[in-house]
Amino acid sequence: MDDLWASLVEIVGEKGVSNKPEELWFYARDPGVLEPHYPSYVVAPQTTEQVQKVVKLANQKKIPIVPMGHGMALTGLVIPLKGGIVLDMKRMNKILEVNEKARYVVVEGGTPQGMLKAYLQDHYPHLRHSLPDAPPVTTIGANVAIHGQGRLTQQYGFNSDMVTGLEVVLPTGEICRIGSPSLGPYWFSKSPTLPDLSGLFLGWLGTTGIITKVGLKLYPNKKLREVEIFVTDRVELVPEIVYKLTHLEMLEDINIWFQPKPLIFKDNYHTTIYFTGDTEEEIEFKRKMIWDALQEIIDAKDGGFMGIQYMREQLLEMPQRSVAEFADVPRGGGFEYSGPIALVEHFPQFAGKVLELAEKYKVFYASTARIISGGQAMMFSISFAFNRADPEMMQRVKLALDEATFFALSMGAIPWKPNFREQQMTLQKMDPQTRKLLQAIKNVLDPQGIMNPGNWEVGE
Amino acid sequence: MNYVRSLPHGDVVHRCFRCGYCKLPSDYVDFNCPSYKAFGWDTYSPGGRMWLIRAWLSDEIKSSPHLAEILYSCATCGNCKDQCVFPRFRDYLLDIFQEAKTELVNDGQIPPEVRDYFKAVMINGNPYKAPQQERGKWAEGTGIKKFSGQEYLFYVGCVGSYDEVGQKMARQVGTLLNNLGISLGILGDEEGCDGNEVKVLGESGLFQKLAAENIKKFTNKGVKKIITLDPHALNSFKKDYPAWGGKFLVYHYTEILAKIVKEKKENFKEYKVKVTYHDPCYLGRHNLIYTAPREVLKKIPGLELIEMRRHQQNSFCCGGGGGNFFTDILNKGEYNPSRLRVREALATGAQILAVACPICAKMLTDAVKAEELENKLEVLDIAQIVQRAGK
Repeated sequence: MDDLWASLVEIVGEKGVSNKPEELWFYARDPGVLEPHYPSYVVAPQTTEQVQKVVKLANQKKIPIVPMGHGMALTGLVIPLKGGIVLDMKRMNKILEVNEKARYVVVEGGTPQGMLKAYLQDHYPHLRHSLPDAPPVTTIGANVAIHGQGRLTQQYGFNSDMVTGLEVVLPTGEICRIGSPSLGPYWFSKSPTLPDLSGLFLGWLGTTGIITKVGLKLYPNKKLREVEIFVTDRVELVPEIVYKLTHLEMLEDINIWFQPKPLIFKDNYHTTIYFTGDTEEEIEFKRKMIWDALQEIIDAKDGGFMGIQYMREQLLEMPQRSVAEFADVPRGGGFEYSGPIALVEHFPQFAGKVLELAEKYKVFYASTARIISGGQAMMFSISFAFNRADPEMMQRVKLALDEATFFALSMGAIPWKPNFREQQMTLQKMDPQTRKLLQAIKNVLDPQGIMNPGNWEVGE
Repeated sequence: MNYVRSLPHGDVVHRCFRCGYCKLPSDYVDFNCPSYKAFGWDTYSPGGRMWLIRAWLSDEIKSSPHLAEILYSCATCGNCKDQCVFPRFRDYLLDIFQEAKTELVNDGQIPPEVRDYFKAVMINGNPYKAPQQERGKWAEGTGIKKFSGQEYLFYVGCVGSYDEVGQKMARQVGTLLNNLGISLGILGDEEGCDGNEVKVLGESGLFQKLAAENIKKFTNKGVKKIITLDPHALNSFKKDYPAWGGKFLVYHYTEILAKIVKEKKENFKEYKVKVTYHDPCYLGRHNLIYTAPREVLKKIPGLELIEMRRHQQNSFCCGGGGGNFFTDILNKGEYNPSRLRVREALATGAQILAVACPICAKMLTDAVKAEELENKLEVLDIAQIVQRAGK
């Protein structure tokens, strides 16, 4: 191991590598409920070339290597299940290029979402990217590697759909550019009209390579943003509400949420509708269209718009700090969620399951569904908060989440950013030929099996 | 919780989610935690520090020089308490970090630099190991008198008394206030260390001793109102001393200057210059004094005040807080906060970087030298700028 230490120091310098108990303890875990596993080293590269050298070294020594952003997937994806090296990518956080007219940005993989937001506000205030509601320190590389979603997902799909090019260090150490940057200086397309090689890395949870640069689509940042909340106590109406709203083809984002506290929210289903415009006339026109779309439900006294003045500022915040605040509900600093991608028409069943699990396992819940691509699907978050000082409660949350994933799979849903246990459930349910293909791809890309091992492992 | 150690706020340590809001300012433009910025490991961020404290309380990790470095590299700038998303919990963040340091002090596990600092203050009454008799030397030739019942006590603190940059600042501020007719006196060689840095470094016993001595001295001399040069002293006098019976009206010198210029008691000549102002953490985030220094600068005709990208509540610490001015632990990191800060100041196009704290003055003056910016950026305290613009 001393040889390895010396080699790592030679690559990243002494300030870029640690095997001290404090770093090993911290980087052994994430904020979720899964058990820690200790790495042997934590390494923080600052360049693609350093990443390459570390990967080549890991290959040579057959040491596992786990890329990490901020570690806020909460599902243990950065926990080094088989030890080895955790590669903290956050020192690679430069914003490299904005092509204003083509509306894309190129960033290093460890760039925090919040820094890109601030940079665009400062230098290109008429442009924006699809900001997730995760904390602003979460990184862009990790977000696309897990098929993250953001504020523009209703309109444009998963954040990984917005990728316009990648630079990846392959598990065998080659630096590879994906999409238009493989042919020239421009980062405008991740695939068309080439074969879509980005699919070898997006969604693979860091098991097929390390994303060192990301090209990302930017979108017009309208001068005005507005929000309305439509409330119904009839859960079966939610899919219809979503269908009517997505038919408008003019909304920024649609989130449907329910939670037991404060009591004013209990037993109601709230559809938060975000819309934008460059003029007051445009905003008022869209507001009228939204109201008109739901007028039938209002007339039937099955729902209505709620006054939101007291929470408007919070609702329009990006990212929403209140998402992280959920962790403090049991005064214990934690929550974790299962986030299956499911059909919107299954919202009532999922909502019922959340209530059932919360009751069965005696855990705090909050759920938000984010509509994807105009209603083709939703990300339905089944979130349970826990008290980190109460291991028994954490165990209950773990069991509740397992059951939630089992249920989601039974509903034909796809687990989002699944932990290694959920991955196994998914692989077991997967078509055998698909599973075989998945493993074959991994075998080709990562012959030593060093990349984030324990994840997307088909087994024998 | 199965803790083998206890802290006064140990029962809430586990509430940290390590979501990372604490690392950033409110607009997310850059990492705003000086120690995270300097060292680059999550363990050096407020969330990392909090999680390590929990591991340490439960004996999952042991006391070590590295743990001590992590705890003592905190500049106590307070960005984390302002940005943490959990109401109430965030009020305890700095207390918890300080309590952990106190525990290290009690264990004898502190870094040598911290130990030397405590020893110097304990033996000499100041961290410079300088004679007490020299404490008032900065005032020689200024005409500032010793305190004998004037309206205000002008308290300059250790940096203002002994550091070259601090002494210059003390002379400028004291002279200006004196010339403006403020009734003030100093304690000179009777002045003692305020103890703010002793407290945040975790030596609560020594801090109590210093506070008790100062309170007794102030009370015996009939001090009712205090003007401080140093925001760190202001912080202790305002927030800690009342609990020990030291109830004084405490002002920072920029507040007095702001009052004077507001009442139009001071006229300025035109001074055409571009100035950016660096908010000291213990004046700004800790005591919410943001406008007074700016009001003074804005009253000077021709002076253009340009804000840095990070200012007021989002200001980036010079790296001198939390005792790091004396121990220099924070500057072992790869990125020196004061050097980053002067680069940020330079980017505004300002010719002068205005300061209102002797620690910031020294840190940023040194950083200007290290960055070889002496011909481009001058570090001046508010009083020096006022004097340049004075008639």
